Amino acid sequence: MTAKAAPAAAPGSTSDPGASPRRGLPSVLHRAWTLAGVVPFFVYVLLGLGLPAIAIAVGAFQNPDTGKFTLSNISIATHGIYLHGFIITAELSLITSIVPGILGLLIGYAIFTARRGALLRRVTITASGTFANFGGVPLAFLFIATLGTTGIATRWLTDIGFNPYTDGGFNLYDLGGVALVYLYFQIPLMVLIILPAFEGLRPAWREAAQNMGASTWHYWRYIGGPVLMPSFLGCLLLLFGSAFSAYATAEALTSGTIPLTAIQIGSFLNGNVLAGQQNVGKALGLGMVLIIAVLMVFYALLQRRAARWLQ
Amino acid sequence: MPTRKLFIAVAAVSGMVLAAGCSSSSSNGSSGSTASTAKAATATSVAAFGGMNGLVAACKKEGTLNVITLPANWANYGNIMKDFTAKYGIKINDANPDGSSQDEINAMQQLKGQSRAPDVLDMGTAFAIKADQLGLLAPYKVTTWSAIPANSKASDASWYDDYGGYVAIGYDSSKVKVPPTSFKDLLKPIYKNQVAINGNPTQASAAFSAVYASALANGGSLSNIEPGILYFKKLHQVGNFVPVTAGPTTVQSGQTPIVVWWDYLLASEIQSVVPSFKIVIPTDGHYAAYYSQAISKTAPDPACARLWEEYLYSTTGQNLWLQGKARPIELQTLISNGTVDKTANAALPAAPAGGLNFPTQAQESAAEAKVAQQWSSVIG
Amino acid sequence: MAAIISDELAEEAAPPRPRRRRPVPVWRWVILVLTGVYFLIPLYAALRFAGIASFGQVVHQTGFSDALILSLKLAVMTTVLTLVLMVPTTIYVHLRLPRLRRLLESITILPIVIPPVVLIVGVLDVSPGFLKSTPYLLGLVYVILAMPFAYRALDAGLRALELRTLVDAASSLGARWPATLWRVILPNLRTALLSATVLTVALVLGEFTMASLDLYQTFPVWIVAFDQTSGPVSTAASLLALFVTWFFLMLIVTLASRRSRRGGGGQVELFSVRRTVR
Repeated sequence: MTAKAAPAAAPGSTSDPGASPRRGLPSVLHRAWTLAGVVPFFVYVLLGLGLPAIAIAVGAFQNPDTGKFTLSNISIATHGIYLHGFIITAELSLITSIVPGILGLLIGYAIFTARRGALLRRVTITASGTFANFGGVPLAFLFIATLGTTGIATRWLTDIGFNPYTDGGFNLYDLGGVALVYLYFQIPLMVLIILPAFEGLRPAWREAAQNMGASTWHYWRYIGGPVLMPSFLGCLLLLFGSAFSAYATAEALTSGTIPLTAIQIGSFLNGNVLAGQQNVGKALGLGMVLIIAVLMVFYALLQRRAARWLQ
Repeated sequence: MPTRKLFIAVAAVSGMVLAAGCSSSSSNGSSGSTASTAKAATATSVAAFGGMNGLVAACKKEGTLNVITLPANWANYGNIMKDFTAKYGIKINDANPDGSSQDEINAMQQLKGQSRAPDVLDMGTAFAIKADQLGLLAPYKVTTWSAIPANSKASDASWYDDYGGYVAIGYDSSKVKVPPTSFKDLLKPIYKNQVAINGNPTQASAAFSAVYASALANGGSLSNIEPGILYFKKLHQVGNFVPVTAGPTTVQSGQTPIVVWWDYLLASEIQSVVPSFKIVIPTDGHYAAYYSQAISKTAPDPACARLWEEYLYSTTGQNLWLQGKARPIELQTLISNGTVDKTANAALPAAPAGGLNFPTQAQESAAEAKVAQQWSSVIG
Repeated sequence: MAAIISDELAEEAAPPRPRRRRPVPVWRWVILVLTGVYFLIPLYAALRFAGIASFGQVVHQTGFSDALILSLKLAVMTTVLTLVLMVPTTIYVHLRLPRLRRLLESITILPIVIPPVVLIVGVLDVSPGFLKSTPYLLGLVYVILAMPFAYRALDAGLRALELRTLVDAASSLGARWPATLWRVILPNLRTALLSATVLTVALVLGEFTMASLDLYQTFPVWIVAFDQTSGPVSTAASLLALFVTWFFLMLIVTLASRRSRRGGGGQVELFSVRRTVR
């Protein structure tokens, strides 16, 4: 495998253990050789993601009938109901990344530190994997059957005197309800991707902190928090992206009555009503990528701030 | 070293699996000799095959038919496909049954040249027109071409309407004690949290048509769909509208006892599993639409594609659609010839008096654009 | 670095004063119970609606096993490809090109943001004919879909290691690169590897949009598309898909734990609080 072989043969840099010393190679070649290790990855990404992405980006600027360059798709995609869709989708994604992020962190930690929880851990990791990919019509139906107007939980709650719809102002089919349903796959996703990070918390540190009289709060503020923060932020970013592009669940629950970008894309690329406007869908897809690119900038700034906290 | 052994084992197993898989993956070559395939691909009527027998023989040489987006319980397609296979011995591959008309166009374009590309299409008329503009369709006139009304087919024979129905109100009579008969009725408080449509009107043509029908019932017209959107807004305000995508599951579980959908789908998909389900065409808004058939220009099985169309437009095919509670396009001819399946015809919900008006392309595009812009204001 | 400082202080500390055992934290159980309630009640509601009899109807439909086998093949293919691609790359970047980490993060976040329905349109636009005629194109594309999760799990796992220390220690003991990789780094990445594997397999067994638009009957596509006669049967089908996925994941996780036990490794369990470094 090229990547594994490359480190072994890399020319002599003193920080490279196990490498055969090779002197006098010009630094440009050296750098190029070092980069060779990631070539397979970049080639795969270029072919598997880059080419399709370019095809989509090109389509976004094309007139679907003539193939000529046009900005009309972009213009449609950034105004009116589609602009509104981006905003609402961003709102929903923000809520359904922060809330499951924190909950997932707590749950993951609870699982991780359970003393005799071998089976619990195994069940959790597999259940999380299963639920993280569960969605769409079946998930929507699960919640309709539970918290719909005639759902089983609704009935139980009404029996004890509290009807969530009339007394609690709850509605499964508005943004709050959809967010509640999104938690069903966002929380397991968070648990699964944050779990490996907990191994970075050495138990020795906790013991040392206790021995020095640090309270739990101090431990988390000065040790646990900074160690986990980079991974936590990374997981939040992933959750945001996942919520941003989720489509089938919201579609089944709301039938488009809440403007969400992914649903709008579905109407163009995968629909029975709007014929011949696929390229607006591609323009919307391009918009999603740009939004994430902007988010990545914020994410990088946040990481830098968190790293400073680590000092 | 256990980890190393594990990796070797995994690699070996995957290697074997992949090797087995690769060798058994479907072949890419087109079946049948190129000469006869080329002739079939440009045939514009059964005469090019020297008659029905020639067509059947050419199709049998091909052996398979690729259809797309045809659910088994949609307009009786399950039985239609079974009957076709039994009659001619041709295997039918039904891909992506829940797919949309846009999926059909995409499949034609992206799978061009593959043996699993679709042969025949059943899609919304607007999409058929689009596909024709993109040069994806092959013109063909079935034997009963003259029985199809002139405004229901393309002048160049690239597409032709097949079956359709009315927007109807279906309700589960075991849960809905007072039967609704019109869109106006549905606003009554007794129907709180009970009314739903089948999907998103910017995406699902059944839902779009429901909005169109409600527009007609509320002072709108084929060129003005806005009253329909306002109607659903009102329906939501009084608390009767459930935004869920309705279907047999939501009806059986009691979540959406009232569904506004195509009459034939209410019958084949819901009534078939909910015996107490009743269907009525609303008195104040009549809207009907027909789907369209077409043959792909790059069909891998061109002879079978044409045989399929001949079959669908034969008396047998049309009556099978009728048995699926859909209205076949040649219904009037069947009735006047006396070849119609009388029981099936009688079982249809009574068609409203007065002729059918279909929106023009321009009217429909304008309506679609309006719905796309305003549908999300129904709730928010 | 906080880690080093704390370690030093820990070593400096005198023999630890005997401390009272901390009371069992209640919060852990509150969280787990609430979580259990949130996830299990909807499943119960669906199960109640479907009824046990419906499950039999699903399994006996033609095409069930074919679809399941295709999905399993794709799962194996995708998982192997993803691990082979991502593990060396991530380790390499952590070790030799730490400045590329941000770039890698940005790239691996992209697939999750592009909705699958858009991606498959792009993929089918650019794929050559010979790839489009086989379902294994999906396997190749699923690697891209799995990339964000695999990367995140591996990255978290690698951050948790003192990678440079391990590698330096191994080399000072005379280990060459393959040995270092096999015997030092990978065993310490067991959790991350398992996490990545679980995520990838679950993803393939649950991916519907792209497979259905590519017109192949993988297991999730079949579950939605088989001749469903009623609501309870289709609900049973979805629940069955959940159980099947969960079953195969349990199989993987159990086999992985058992293997490490038989190998005599110090590490027997996932996410054990104590860790022994080889």
